[in-house]
Order: sequence, then C-alpha cells, then structure tokens
Amino acid sequence: MPAEVIVLGSQHATPDVGAVVRERGLRGPIAIVRAGYQEREADDGALVAALGVPAVNLALHARASAVFADDPAFTAAYRDRQALLRHMQSCYRVRLEKTEDAARTIALRYFEPELLEGEDAVSVEQFRQLDANHVTRCEQVRTAFAALWHPTDRPTVARHRAELTALLAPVEALVIAGGHVASLHNRLELFDVLGLAAGKPIIAWGAGAMVLTDRIVLYHDYPPYGSDVAQVLDSGFGVAPGVVVMPDPSRRLNPDTGPAIARFARRMAPAVCVGMDLGARLDFVDGALVAGRGRHLRPDGGIDAAWTAAPVAPALLALGDSADEVPA
Amino acid sequence: MSAGVIAELEASPRTREAVDAWIGRHKFPVVVGPSITFVWRGDAEAVHLKHWVFGLPSSQSLARVDGTDVWHLTMQLPPGSRVEYKLEIVRHGKGEWIQDPLNGALARDPFGANSVAHGTGYEVPTWIHHDRAAPPGRLDEIFLDSKTFGRRSFGLYVPARFKRSRRYPLLVVHDGHDYLRYASMGTVLDNLIDRLEVADAIVVFTSSPDRLREYADDERHARYLTEDLVPFVERTFPLEAVPQSRCLMGASFGAVAALSTACRYPGFYGRLLLQSGSFAFTDIGDRNHRGPLFDPVVAFMNRFRAEPTAVSERVFVSCGMYESLIYENRSLVPMLLGTGMDVRYVEARDGHNWENWRDRLRDALSWLLPGPFLLVYE
Repeated sequence: MPAEVIVLGSQHATPDVGAVVRERGLRGPIAIVRAGYQEREADDGALVAALGVPAVNLALHARASAVFADDPAFTAAYRDRQALLRHMQSCYRVRLEKTEDAARTIALRYFEPELLEGEDAVSVEQFRQLDANHVTRCEQVRTAFAALWHPTDRPTVARHRAELTALLAPVEALVIAGGHVASLHNRLELFDVLGLAAGKPIIAWGAGAMVLTDRIVLYHDYPPYGSDVAQVLDSGFGVAPGVVVMPDPSRRLNPDTGPAIARFARRMAPAVCVGMDLGARLDFVDGALVAGRGRHLRPDGGIDAAWTAAPVAPALLALGDSADEVPA
Repeated sequence: MSAGVIAELEASPRTREAVDAWIGRHKFPVVVGPSITFVWRGDAEAVHLKHWVFGLPSSQSLARVDGTDVWHLTMQLPPGSRVEYKLEIVRHGKGEWIQDPLNGALARDPFGANSVAHGTGYEVPTWIHHDRAAPPGRLDEIFLDSKTFGRRSFGLYVPARFKRSRRYPLLVVHDGHDYLRYASMGTVLDNLIDRLEVADAIVVFTSSPDRLREYADDERHARYLTEDLVPFVERTFPLEAVPQSRCLMGASFGAVAALSTACRYPGFYGRLLLQSGSFAFTDIGDRNHRGPLFDPVVAFMNRFRAEPTAVSERVFVSCGMYESLIYENRSLVPMLLGTGMDVRYVEARDGHNWENWRDRLRDALSWLLPGPFLLVYE
C-alpha cells in the first residue's frame, strides 16, 4: 500500500500535475508509467516537461511486448485469458443492457410512487449483482491464471522486474498517466509494479487513476452509436478505495439524465462517484480519502459540481520534504 | 416560409438587373425552416423537379414568375432531410435532365452526379473529410485466383497502425469500390479508426462484374466469399479469425448478398451491416412488382421470413425514410430481433444513395467493430 495516492482530473492541454509535484516538494527522479498509450508510450516529452523534475519512463508496454516475444507458451496462455475476459465482458454487457431496458420500462409504469421506488431499488440491486458477479468471475480468471503460470516467476518477467526494481529504488514517486485502461491495468499487474513501488507516493489520472480504485468503471454517455450503459471492467488495485473515478465528465457525462445518474450512484454505493475534470483531485493517505474535490454524482440524481471531501488534516500534509514550497 | 423569397422577387421591378441582384442575395435552393424553394432561371417550355423521394410525386412542376425567366417550386422538407435531385428542362417538347446550376452541392454515384439539397439541421459529418491528423491506411488492389470465380481482384485496406504482432478483425464490403468512390469509405475508416471509434481492421472491398445476379442469393457468391476470399485473407494477414471479428456489409443488393451469405454459412460472420437492403418479399404468391431481377431475392426473403433464424450475433440495419425499400427494411427488423440476435436499426431522412450509406457508417461500424474509445481515459 502506498502511503499517499493523489488522483488528479484529466490532464489535457494544460496539465496541473507539475503544480502537484511542486506542492509535494518532489525534486525527482520520478518514475512515470505511460503504458496506457501503448506504442506511443515513449512519447513522454510533454509529460516530463509538465512534471518539471527528472523522470524515468518504466516502459511497461515495451517490456510486456518483449515478454510476449520471448515466452510463446506464456503468451499463448495470456492471450487465451484475455479472450476469455473479453467474452465475459461481452456477455456481462448484454445482461446490463437488458437490465437497463427493464429498469427504464418499469420506471414508466403507472404505479404509485412508493411502488415505483421499490421496483427501482430492485433494478439497482440487479445491477449490483451483475457487477459483483462479473468482478468475482474476472478475479477468478486472473487468480487461476496466476496460480497456473506464476507470471512474476517467468524468466523474462523476472528479468524485467529486476530492472524495474533498480529503476524504482531511487525515485521519489510514481506517476501513472492515462490511456487504454485495460492495457495499463494488465501491464501494471504483469510486473506487479505497485508491489515494487510499495511505500512510494503515487500520482495518477485518467486510466491511471481508475486502475487504482476498487473497481474500474467504464462509462460514456455519448458513444458514437448513440447510447451505452456504464460497466465494470474489472477490479482495480484498491489503493484509492471507496471512489469511482470518472475521468473527463465534461465530455463523457450527460448531466441531464437524473434517473440514470441516480441509479448509477446507488448501483456503485457505498463508493462515491466523482467526475474528474482538470482541477479535480482526490488525496488518499494510508488508504483513506482525506481530501477531494470534483463533480459528485449524487444518489438523488443530481450532480454537485463543487463537491469537496473532508479537509486535509495538517499532519497528513507533511509527506513532501519542504513545506515552504506549498503554494498558498 | 421560403416562398417568401419568391414574394420578394415578385415585389421587385422584375428587370434582368433586379433578378440578377435577387439571385446574388440568396443561396439556392432556399431552405427556411421546414420548407425548401427550388429555383431555375432560363427560357423553357416547362421545368420539373426530379427527385427520388418515395412518397412524393417523382416529378413536380416549377412555376414561372410572371415577367421573368425565373422558375420556382416550394415544398415541405422535414428537418434533417437530405435529398438528391435533378431539374428537367423541357424545350421543343423534349426534356433534358440537368444538375441545378444554382446549387454547387453534388453527390456522385455510378450513374453520374445529382444535385443535393440539405434540409434544416442536416450537417455533413465532419468525419467524412480528409483529416491531416489521421494517418491514412494503405489501400492496395489484390488478385485472387479463386476456385469459384477464377481470377478476381479486390481492394485491401490495412490500417495505419498495422502491426504483424497484433490480430485484427475483418470487414468485407460488397460493392466495395463504389463505397470507396462514392461513400469516401477509405477516408471514413482513417478518421474513425484514428478517433478510436472503430477498431483497427483489415477491410476487403470486393466488387462483382455481375452483381445483380451474384448478389441475389447466389450460392457461388457465398462460397466465393467464405471458402475462397476470407480464408485467403486470413492466411495472409494476422486476423482474429473468429465469428465476432468477421463483418459482412453491403447496401441495396449488397445487403441482400451479405444476409444471404450469412444464412448460407450461419455462425461464420458474427457481424452484419445491412444498408437499404433490397429485401423484397411477398406475403402471398411469388410475383413481385419490382421485376424479374428480384425473383431470387423474393424467394430468398420469403424463405427467411417464413423461418427467421439467428445466423450472426449482431446486425445493424439502416434505411432511408425516402426509399421505397423502407417498408421491407422496417418489417425485417422485428424478425431479426425475434431470433435473439443483437439488432440495431437506424432510419434517416434520406434516399437510396451512397451519401446516405456513408452518413450511417459511424453509427454502424462503431457498434459492430468498436474501437477502444470506451477504454481510453486521458
């Protein structure tokens, strides 16, 4: 478990991660993960410039590619696992869509409000059961794969882990950028990067933030084909617990669908659903949310655009080594 | 009302100079709210609007503004409509079909080009235009010595980010070269793939020298695709080679070919895109009003409709509301749904033409072969 995790809003044209680095008094080197960008992983110039301190790219995507090239038996089994997970996701998604259809149809029935409320609670519970079942099955697939193949013991993986251990030793923090969330999740898992970086602060956003939560939740209210229902991809690493991180809500979230937002927030409860645009931030210390700001999706269907979590206790701020660098 | 634009002309001195000035002030056809006014200027015995909007008379007369050489016709055009048309100019008792000289918007097809009118709210999709930021895929013409038809060629699109170490879905496009020429499909693929909305895919653009026969439920065509062409491409490229990653598509008779091929090889093609399918059928008897070319189609559709079966996983159906085939397509959708297949249906206020089919490609392909847009968070 990292001592401190800072989750930021989406970092587009004007990233604010550099300000956070300065606020925390970090001077580098910092390890960066851009595996979510896959083949563009090495294009890290803008990120390094934004950080403003020396940085080392862990190149997890490239390392995974090397593993897949070097270890055909493992690669074949890994591909089979991924195909199985995709098939499970596809079936889970069909069930979600039918459940969503049912919820909408039932919501239109001419029942007494109390009865409708009760039926809506059943709909939410059905979503929760589907989500829980899906996560459990994904975990079972991953656990079975790990038990059979012991990925971190594969010679090529072990060699890269040794290199990563050496790279991580001198760094002050781990920065995990966004990108393709499944690809990122798999590569962090393959090399157990969070295990190797245990104790170091983590700063993350976008897909990088999503994988740190309990559950990775995919959402998009404006898909090119018209409509979609939010879905859980898999369990996350759980070092930023109790929240559903929803990057880029200004582009992905339809704020005018109150009943759908209400169902979603209740479906994800007790986790707090937080839309994370640029400027949003969640601070976790020892696995507890100690401060936060963002767009909170409320169980009543409203969105609190100026939501804040509990204020930061002063003692918990002393993780940077230079308090006088904290901007006012 | 766009007829107001004619009242404006009628209120003018109606001199040549006044007409010149009036034409210079307006963009033609004049679209205001739900109405559209077509205008032609010149000497003629009669002028007719020729369009392909099923449900309206296919020929409507323009009236002359007294004292001028201006002809006009105002009609209702629902918001979001897109209509292709020509003008028929009658002189010396003979009609000549021409493009609207006052309207530069043209839509091309294998027969030439038509003028295009856009109703209020219709917007040409941004993703059909070349985007310098979107890396282009590679398009080659490949020859295949097939068992079924001997030597045939097809277009092959390989996405810009192609890597031998990855595996790709396969999309097979009927009338593929026409999709490239008239529906900008190469550019559309470049853009939608770059936007992560459509998966990086290998795309085969196939064409037939005898499409009305081969696409009309011809066993040889289904065999050519499934036993010659697809296996060849799957041997040559790193394809996923599973039903979920094989998509067949086509428009008009091409849609019939896609559905009938899927019916002949159920479970092989997991994705179907059927655009404005010529799904003619009869509820009683076997005579159809569309002519003998449709006889094998009617026979096929009557069989399918008598016993609809799930032959694929996902089917996307689209049709224009202004097509005569709207009835056949609308009535097919509940049958497809009844089989348990995952079906989406989209209608547009458009006709049986390539730009209608182009405009639906984003909806369809992003659902049938979705790119990673749902998985990417920055």
